[in-house]
Amino acid sequence: MLLQVVDLRVKYGNIEVLHGLNLEVKEGEIVTILGANGAGKSTTLLTISGLVKPVSGAIYFGKTSLHKMPAHRVVERGIAQVPEGRRIFNTLTVQENLKLGAFTSSDRARVNRTMEWAYQLFPVLAERRQQLGGTLSGGEQQMLAIARGLMSDPKILLLDEPSLGLAPLLVRTIFQTLREVNRTGVTIVLVEQNAKAALKLAHRGYVMELGQIVLHGNAADLLENPEVQRAYLGAGQ
Amino acid sequence: MEQFFQQLTNGLAVGGIYALIALGYTMVYGVLKLINFAHGDLFTIGAYLGLTLLTSLSLTDRLGPFWGVVALAAMAMGLVALVGALLERVAYRPLRESPRLSAVVSALGASIFLSNAVMLIYGARFHVYPQDLLPKITLDLFGLQLPLVRVLILAASLVMMTALYLFIQKTRIGTAIRAAAIDQGAARLMGIDVDRVILLVFLIGPALGGVAGVMVGIYYGQINFTMGWTYGLKAFTAAILGGIGNIPGAMVGGLLLGVIEAMGAAYISIAWKDAIAFCILIAILIVRPTGLLGERVAEKV
Repeated sequence: MLLQVVDLRVKYGNIEVLHGLNLEVKEGEIVTILGANGAGKSTTLLTISGLVKPVSGAIYFGKTSLHKMPAHRVVERGIAQVPEGRRIFNTLTVQENLKLGAFTSSDRARVNRTMEWAYQLFPVLAERRQQLGGTLSGGEQQMLAIARGLMSDPKILLLDEPSLGLAPLLVRTIFQTLREVNRTGVTIVLVEQNAKAALKLAHRGYVMELGQIVLHGNAADLLENPEVQRAYLGAGQ
Repeated sequence: MEQFFQQLTNGLAVGGIYALIALGYTMVYGVLKLINFAHGDLFTIGAYLGLTLLTSLSLTDRLGPFWGVVALAAMAMGLVALVGALLERVAYRPLRESPRLSAVVSALGASIFLSNAVMLIYGARFHVYPQDLLPKITLDLFGLQLPLVRVLILAASLVMMTALYLFIQKTRIGTAIRAAAIDQGAARLMGIDVDRVILLVFLIGPALGGVAGVMVGIYYGQINFTMGWTYGLKAFTAAILGGIGNIPGAMVGGLLLGVIEAMGAAYISIAWKDAIAFCILIAILIVRPTGLLGERVAEKV
């Protein structure tokens, strides 16, 4: 098991938002986490990355435990996150954004190789490498956020709603790129509201409701599941 | 014309000092969104530590005037940097998760504590820097007779500002500081240890403030425990003028404020010098609160 989340509880102030979450990710998988707003999907990713500390429970990455590790060490271990809302550095250039993605890596040759790869995945970024991040369009910013996440050569890439606010065609392009990235051996955890696209891309899926996993299984099965169809795929409305 | 250029160079030298102090305000604001009100007192501490080092180590006798002053500046920078780091640890880090106002109150408290500590240790009277520190010669630059000390101060502040600018713009750590100033959470997700970035900012800012204190001691010859208040306010004005949080802005703002002040003193009235500086602060806050080079709207503290 590459990533294992065991009985995770997280509180914001006095309000518990994750009530004992369990989650497993195998090496090489694409796993998607679905759920409505406020289900705790983003909190789950932020806790894995170490930006939010759990009150109890554990997160294991291979044999190392992550739940007490400061965020910058988690990145060093090989877990990168493409956060909700992209959060690119607006006043830095595309290239500076990418270099920051590789902040933990001291191997310059490898960083340059990864950057070339990122530019291959998203050729539009190569054209804009000297432009400030804030001047890019929404779709380009999302591409930059993903490319930046890949710069640390992560074993796992966590993505929080990469399709948000993007045109359907662009979503398809980005998801195709994610599949390509996955084929190079990067494990992907994808939080999405766009359940259909996410389940088509993923191998397995989890459904979250109010801070708990209520359903999990193979992506193909979840696509067929009547409950999932009613709640997340808009069937029967 | 002669008077104009004399005032211009004098304004630039003083402005360079303002700029060095302003950088400390602006860098801390950039990363923590906090006005470090104790920064002016770190500048005072720099001036006093400089004097102590000067008299106790007799640096200029051993190393000659030039290298003696350079060594003095370097030591003052190092010591004030340590005080700055300690200040961060004691006064600000414990309040990192608290409401912004708590840190502001803590900053004001630290300011009062530090200036009173200086007063208790050194006394409330003015202290005098040795007048023969640098040879009292004038340089002939393009037909203009300029005191050596003025030229050296301007040159030193420009060199330090250039070095800082290159460090911030070109190096990996400098880029990390800029990233942490834009979005701390995102910076953490890049693997940047934001606590260390903050510590670094509290080393660099006070170091520059400390050396500015030594410069004022050398330039004007006398120092007082309240000097951090006036200079701090001027430098803060400079930081706002350039756009707080913006590093080149603090440099431009400092130099500009120094020149405006010098011109105002020469052509309007020397009594109005401070009034002119603070009228600029008010005008900037009304007309362009983001400052000359600032892009972000300054948040309320």
